[in-house]
Amino acid sequence: MFLTFLRNAIRFSTIFLFGSTGETITEKSGHLNLGTPGIMCLGALGGCVGSRIYLNSIGSDPALINGFSAVMTGVIFAMIFAGLGGLLYGFLTITLRCNQNVTGLAITTFGAGATNFFITYVDRTGFNYLAAKYTAPISPASDWFSSIFLSHGVLVYSAIVLALIVAFVMKKTRTGLNLTAIGENPATADAAGINVTGYKYVSCVLGGAVSGLGGLFYIMDYLYGSWEYSIDAMGWLAVALVIFSVWKPNWGILGSILFGALYILPTYAGVNFSIQELVKMVPYAVTIIVLVITSIVNRRESQPPAALGLSYFREER
Amino acid sequence: MDKTIALELRHITKTFGEVVANKDVNLELYRGEILSLLGENGSGKTTLMNMISGIYFPDEGHILADGKEVVIRSPKDAFALKIGMIHQHFKLVDVFTATDNIILGEHMPPYSVKEEGEKIIAEANGIKPVKGNEKFLWGLKLGLKLTALPFIKLGKKIKFDYLSKSRSARIETIAAKYGFEIDLKKKIYDMSVSEKQTVEIIKVLYRGAEILILDEPTAVLTPQEIDKLFAILRRMRDDGKSIIIITHKLNEVMAISDRVAVLRKGEHIATVNTAETNEKALTEMMVGEKVDLNIDRAEPVDPKDRLTVTDLTVVNRDGIKALDGVSFTARSGEILGIAGIAGSGQRELLESIAGLQKTAGGDIIYFDPAKEDAAVDLMQKTPVEIRDLGVRLSFVPEDRLGMGLVGNMDLVDNMMLRSYQKGHSLFVDRKNPKHLAEDIVGRLHVNTPGVRTPVRRLSGGNVQKVLVGREIAAAPTVLMAAYPVRGLDINSSYMIYRLLNEQKEKGVAVIYVGEDLDVLIELCDRILVLCAGKVSGIVDGRGAKKEEIGLMMTKLHGGENGATEEAL
Repeated sequence: MFLTFLRNAIRFSTIFLFGSTGETITEKSGHLNLGTPGIMCLGALGGCVGSRIYLNSIGSDPALINGFSAVMTGVIFAMIFAGLGGLLYGFLTITLRCNQNVTGLAITTFGAGATNFFITYVDRTGFNYLAAKYTAPISPASDWFSSIFLSHGVLVYSAIVLALIVAFVMKKTRTGLNLTAIGENPATADAAGINVTGYKYVSCVLGGAVSGLGGLFYIMDYLYGSWEYSIDAMGWLAVALVIFSVWKPNWGILGSILFGALYILPTYAGVNFSIQELVKMVPYAVTIIVLVITSIVNRRESQPPAALGLSYFREER
Repeated sequence: MDKTIALELRHITKTFGEVVANKDVNLELYRGEILSLLGENGSGKTTLMNMISGIYFPDEGHILADGKEVVIRSPKDAFALKIGMIHQHFKLVDVFTATDNIILGEHMPPYSVKEEGEKIIAEANGIKPVKGNEKFLWGLKLGLKLTALPFIKLGKKIKFDYLSKSRSARIETIAAKYGFEIDLKKKIYDMSVSEKQTVEIIKVLYRGAEILILDEPTAVLTPQEIDKLFAILRRMRDDGKSIIIITHKLNEVMAISDRVAVLRKGEHIATVNTAETNEKALTEMMVGEKVDLNIDRAEPVDPKDRLTVTDLTVVNRDGIKALDGVSFTARSGEILGIAGIAGSGQRELLESIAGLQKTAGGDIIYFDPAKEDAAVDLMQKTPVEIRDLGVRLSFVPEDRLGMGLVGNMDLVDNMMLRSYQKGHSLFVDRKNPKHLAEDIVGRLHVNTPGVRTPVRRLSGGNVQKVLVGREIAAAPTVLMAAYPVRGLDINSSYMIYRLLNEQKEKGVAVIYVGEDLDVLIELCDRILVLCAGKVSGIVDGRGAKKEEIGLMMTKLHGGENGATEEAL
């Protein structure tokens, strides 16, 4: 029982981890993308569209499904759809300098609504065969260790590796240094000769694309290819996780597992139905506590990027 | 000192709208010299330097670097010409270490696949065998070498992108060469102002600058830190670098520079060798002849003490005393002018009186005319408390659309800001503010499409009229105005002077902070001169000399002055 709980906590965490890694990339450039929940929906939609196209291309014959190309098609389409969502957000906030919060919320509403509408036109028959490729464990569960850590599908590990790579790039490369400088003080970055607008666009599109994988994972792996209209709820937790992990994707790995565990706890701990929703609330409460602690400690490194939420005009001196 | 010209400005003119910031300025900068750029506030020093460093583009004139005409359109262009400017406001990322701030934005040494390929082909062609198997092997080898090039480039890119531990090596060399004392691993937010300045200077040197421009570098430093900075500047000069230092402190000009260029109201007055001049001659060049402005000035009628400030001390966020033991009295029916170089404590002084600034010590006493001049203590009171005490204090702040008015709100709502808390109705009263707004528009000739226009759409002069009109409508007994004519055209300026005079005749104690000495001398009854947060004297407006005030602004009277000079 406990074993299954831990296993599923890690599995569930992938949704949050993709979402928060993407959101971190975007926020590091000084753009608070509250559209992440909507973008994750778009990612899920893209994944479904891609999967349909893939199935059609092989004549919907389950025997012809190739694991690698099946998953790659889903991933690529999810990233394109979500990346377009990020691009839209970027265009509105970078070029048109709209208010980031309002734009983000609009993207969330738009993304969730458009997804819920268009998904009804996507034929999802045969998705269970595809899902089997997503969930195929990299190692059969023989003992407790492999059952908890090695029995997941490929996306679970991709999320962790991606988070580590992003953390490394942020901390150890000039690319990360430039991006952080833009999020902290765009005028300084601009004066230093960094292409501020270019970096911002890349981080918005890339951040969106990575977040979208969370939606894909939720539908194709966690739900085995069936559909549920609750992706945006996961999206909000992903945004909260960015704060929880103080803008460090490597901490986000542990944070996402905690969030995942708390989210599925009611199902496993035999929690009374009446207080189930209270338990689901815990991740949000934890995020608030983290916010309180970081603001009390007031270490400059654990504060949000200084220019987060602010538009940058070069002419405004 | 060799006499090669590093940079030359010819007939530079720059205007902002109708304001002429620089007019026909000629300037030469030699290699291995320190040139001081001296001038009052608004004399166009910073604008001129911003044109060299690529922030502004001159309207007319030429810039020559090493004898060749150049076009500087951005800071990047300036860097390419080895020109680096250290601004008053540092451009540093707080959460980074000194090292990371210095290397930020650095570009990879150029590596072109095409050029390298051509080199390899040329080399290979030299040993090209003629026949058979050898020729095939030769071709294969060449092909492999060429295919490898993009990968070599990628490898170099990744290697450059990685932040290795040795990235501070070159910075350390530069720091050692010029004698900078700095901990490169320290984060900027842990640094003092002087350390931050050091990082800025090293950053500019790291990028290979040969011409350094420092915009008022000493304004934020302690005397000891100034000594250190000057020692470093001299070392850089001896190394052949050219340095321009913008300042209005005469003693520093005398101490550090080889030559002095004096600007006044955007025009270049003269460039002289420091050794052949003295402070008095420089002051005269800086302030110029007195100009007659014909501002009316009535004799004060029955002046009474209205506001007494004693030993007021304010410590700013950097722990520096922004005000140090300031004492004065403002009398009713009188305009008290406050002169001083920008940032000498004018803002802190007015804000302390208005209850917006935390004070470290002293007394602010108001004498209430409604209660037969009973004394009211205004120290450490909030603006609301001051108002509730019945003190009718009006404040026209320097930052009109930040502190004075709300840009996105229309005239009526801005009037309401001062009155909406009055009355006990559930709904706000818009009728009276509307009348007031209409009244101000009519009386002060505010050029606006209507009273429902957002204030930010008005021009600077009209915004100021609205603000001053509102503050005067509150029937103040003390009216404080900070730079009320800054950025205004001549007619609007006279309108403001007239309004201030009207208030004075009504028996209001007016405190006027200004930068134009001619105006101060003609408008004010008494002029208080601030220098670095201290009162360097109070002079009578009638018969005050411009040079006298100019000297008082740049250095303190008495023993204090001698001590600073010795330290330098």
